[in-house]
Formats: sequence, structure tokens, C-alpha cells
Amino acid sequence: MESENVIEVVHLTKKFGDFTAVDDISFHVRRGEIFGFLGANGAGKTTAMRMLTGLSFPTSGKGTVAGFDIRTQSELIKKHIGYMSQKFALYGDLTVRDNLELFAGIYGVPRKETDARIDNLLGRLSMSHEKNSRVRDLPQGWKQKLAFSVSIIHKPEIVFLDEPTGGVDPAARRQFWELIYEAVDEGITAFVTTHYMDEAEYCDRISMMVDGRIEALDSPGALKEKFGAASIAEVFDILARGAKRTE
Amino acid sequence: MKEFFAFVKKEFLHIFRDTRTLLVLIGLPTVLIVLFGFAISTEIRNVNVGLFSADADDSVERLMRKIDQSEYFTYVGRFNTEEDVDEAMRRGVIDAAVMFGSGFSSALYSPEGAEVFIAADATNPNNASMEIMYLSGIIAEYFKDDISAIHAAGPQDGSVTASGMLQPNLHMLYNPQLKSSYNFVPGIMGLILMLICSLMTSVSIVREKESGSMEVLLVSPIRPINIVLAKMIPYFVIACVVLVNILLLTIFVLKVPIAGSFFWMILVSVIYIILSLGIGMLVSSLVRTQIIATLICGMIFLVPVMMFSGMLYPIESMPVALQWFAQIIPAKWFIEAIRKIMIEGVPVRYVTVEILIMTAMAVAVFTAAVIKFKDKLD
Repeated sequence: MESENVIEVVHLTKKFGDFTAVDDISFHVRRGEIFGFLGANGAGKTTAMRMLTGLSFPTSGKGTVAGFDIRTQSELIKKHIGYMSQKFALYGDLTVRDNLELFAGIYGVPRKETDARIDNLLGRLSMSHEKNSRVRDLPQGWKQKLAFSVSIIHKPEIVFLDEPTGGVDPAARRQFWELIYEAVDEGITAFVTTHYMDEAEYCDRISMMVDGRIEALDSPGALKEKFGAASIAEVFDILARGAKRTE
Repeated sequence: MKEFFAFVKKEFLHIFRDTRTLLVLIGLPTVLIVLFGFAISTEIRNVNVGLFSADADDSVERLMRKIDQSEYFTYVGRFNTEEDVDEAMRRGVIDAAVMFGSGFSSALYSPEGAEVFIAADATNPNNASMEIMYLSGIIAEYFKDDISAIHAAGPQDGSVTASGMLQPNLHMLYNPQLKSSYNFVPGIMGLILMLICSLMTSVSIVREKESGSMEVLLVSPIRPINIVLAKMIPYFVIACVVLVNILLLTIFVLKVPIAGSFFWMILVSVIYIILSLGIGMLVSSLVRTQIIATLICGMIFLVPVMMFSGMLYPIESMPVALQWFAQIIPAKWFIEAIRKIMIEGVPVRYVTVEILIMTAMAVAVFTAAVIKFKDKLD
């Protein structure tokens, strides 16, 4: 039976020498939700995400992603997740089509289906006419939308988005979030890190990390109520006041 | 396997989309071969020679015409005084001078022998010593003929000095025309192949780390070791194309024949290419930025190829410590093996040592690179 939770983490800890980057966190992510993973720079978001995506091995604790153990089955996890990072948006010197074919190939999309999926994907982005343009010539907002589409080209169970909207204007950010909603409607779970607090409002549930710990985890509405705050940004300020780590 | 080929295709696309780099890779060896082959030559050519002779003598004039006929020298004329020779040398009119004292012709047949002075502008010592060597060769040859002609006409009273002189009989083995191409072709091969394989591969791998795309790839199902192998394939192909290009230029443009086994020469080159790819991979696993990768490959691998491979300076004449250092330069073994097969044409059993050492180096480098690469995965 498929579990209702696509990510389950119990007492997960990562230490680098004396430094505890992620300090005993436990949480779960439900299938089909948008889970916001918030925290200041250096709070341990990236390290936690790396453990979930198999880039980093936990010091202690355990967890499953898409039903696979993060300690022993990271190769299987990689087949069932998508990933989009803040820094990288595709290969600029290759065309849109080359990039899509590459990632379809890497993620084992059957060759017969590849063309249809690429056409469908570009059609939805209204970018069919840019198929043979080099990615570096596209505007930043388009690149990011394309990078997101690439990260779900193999229809993963979960897509990890690491600060996906960095450096994009608010209008483009809203369009980007529409893409995330579309993906979620198709049954993909989204795990998003961001430091734009207004974006946190778009999530079903959010967790807030301070100094390697999860200090709060609930729906945006419930968190605002609990802390008596008008916005998520205020909630975050209240929590971050106790932070010892500097950026 | 499918994801591997998708990745190999991507690497080829990177290279073909970057036309300028591709042109440099293919064009550079061509330019180097042509430059070294025709323009930058260590052979001497068009050396202007002057003559000073105290006596008016037909035989020295004939000698000068003979010198003029050689492809190395041009006879510019006779000077009346030694001061004029000096002056012409200073003004750069002549590069070398042949001078005969008074009574040269009669002294030629005397028991003491005759003296010829050869002066050369030694501001370039290599050229000067070659000019002197060639000039004395032509002069000795000339007087030998001259005197045997006199002998045939009617022998004189016995002791004939010039013909009695010790005649060195020189044989330039493997390279009878003393073409410098024989020396630099293996060197250029060693240099270019190392450049393409180690520098280009390491920069291409490190670029992915720098741009952050490596992170995306590591999260994908493609195995890290396959990423690196996929990167090597296009550079392996380019290196082979460049190798064939160099060999064609060498054979058809420089007219240097391949004396030995073509098969073994290609095999030795492929071992060297693989070794260089391993070095590129090792460097890329040690550094994080393209600049550092370029510097390391340039300073640690390319400059020593020039200095210690015997391409420019003979290793035998280096201090012992540097001779030992030369032994760890991969290109040194490659160039030596190629020289033996290509120029000397020896059977392959004489290059076993070079082949074994390069193979051992390749195994060591790849092992180190793979160990280092796994460490990085955390």
C-alpha cells in the first residue's frame, strides 16, 4: 500500500566536525502537498535537503523519501524525485530541445515518449517557437520555468525546489507558482525552500528552521494564529530572534 | 546505459556549439606543425659568407663558389683587408668569413700543412657552431678533391698534407638530412595530446561544479563515474582526430616518413591519450574552479612537457636531479617511444619499457582519480 506520507524523517542529524548543521529534526510531508521549507541562510535548509536527495549521508537518524530509505536506497530515491537548484538553470550553450532531451535521457524517459512529452511541455509553457533557441538567449523567468519543467519531465513523485525563484521579478514568480500548482494537481508533491516570505503563503504547510532545528511546522494560517502575527514574515521574525548563528 | 549516451551526446553538443574552441583544438596542431616545419627552423639557412685572401688565387675563388652552391650559404664577395671583413661582420653584411693567409697555396703542399681561418658571428652560439661545422666540412671536402686531382695529374714529392689530414667520416643516423622535424614532431604530439586530454577534460568537469549543474546531475540517477567517463569520450575522439591530423601533416607536408610500425605508434599514442585523460580527471577531482584547473594543467603538466621531454633540451645534459624529475613526466616516455618507432623504426620490443611505464602511470592515475572522486560524494 502506498504511504500517505511521501517523506518521513525521524531524528535526522548532520554534523560536520563539531558543527551540527542539522540538529535532530523530525517531520513528514504528505502526498500531493506543497511543503515550504523555510529558514535563514545557514539555518541548515540546504544540508537537510541534501540528505533527502541523497547528496549527503546523515550522521544519525533515519528517513524515507518516496518509500525508500535515505541511508541505503539513495539510488532508488534519485529515480523517483526531481530537483531544481537555485544556481543552475540548464545548459546555456545548448538549445531548449537539447536540454530537454538530455534530462529525458538521464531520467530514463522512454525514447518513444520523449518527443511527445517535450512538445506537450513546451506547448504548456507557450515556448514551442523557442525549441531551437539556445537557453542562454532566453529571459531569466523563462529559463526558470523551463528548468522546473525539466525537473518534472520524468513525472517524479516529489520535486525538490531549492530557492527556485531567486532573482526573478514578482510577476514571473507568480507565474512560476502557477506551474507548481499545475504539477501538484497532477499528483506531484512539491518540497520548496525559499526565503521570500510572501511565497510561504502559497504553501499548504511550512516548516521554519532556526539554527538547525525545526522551530515551527504547520499551515500558514495556523502559524499566524499561533504566534498572533499578521504575516508569515512576522512569524519568522519572532522565531529568528532566538537565532544564534549569524548569516 | 541510455542515460550514459544521452550524456555523451550532450558533451559532444557542448563541444560542437563552441566552434571557436573546436577550431583552436584542431587548428593549433596544424599551425604548430607548419610553423615548426617551415618558419621556426633550428637549421641554418641563407648564411652570408665573405672571403678574405691575401693572395689572388683561383682555387679559393672556386672554393667560395662551391660554398655558395650549398643551400646553407650565400657568397657575398671578397674583401681586400681583414679590417673590411671586421667592418662587414659588424654591419651585419656577413655572418661568417673564410680567410686565407699569404702563401696559402704553397703551404697546402708543404709538410706543415696550410691554415684556414673561419670566423663566425657567435651572438647566436648555436648558429655559429653549426656554420663553422658546415663550412669546415665543405672546405675539407673541397681540398681533398682538389689534391687528389693534382695527384692524378702528376704526383709530387710524397707527403701531401691536406689529403693526409684526418678525415672524419660522419653518418647522421635515422635523420640523414638533419631535419629538425624529426625532433619536434613527437614533441608536438606529446604537447597537444596532453593539452586536449588533461586541460580540456578537467576544465569541462570543473565547469559543471562551478555552475552548480554538478549538483543537479548528482541528484539524478546517472552514476557519478558515468558523468566523468561520458566527459572523456568526446575528448578521446578529438584527440584521435588530432593525432591522425598530425600524422598526415608529418607524412605529407613535412615529408617525414614513419620508419616503424604504424600500428604500434597508434597504440602507444592511445595509451598516452588515456593517461592524459586520467590526469585531467584527477585534476578535476582535486580543484573547484576552472582557473585553478587551467593553472594546474598548464604549470604542472604542459610546461614540464616542453622542458623535460627532450623536445627543446636534451635530458642527458641536465643536472642529475632534473634528470630524475624528467622520469616522472608522462610525455617524456611518450616522446621517447614515438621517436624510437617513428624515426628510428625499431621493433616494438625496444619500446616495451616506455609502454609499460605509461600503462602503469595510467593505472595509478585512474585509481587515484576514482578514489578521490568517491570521497567528494560525501
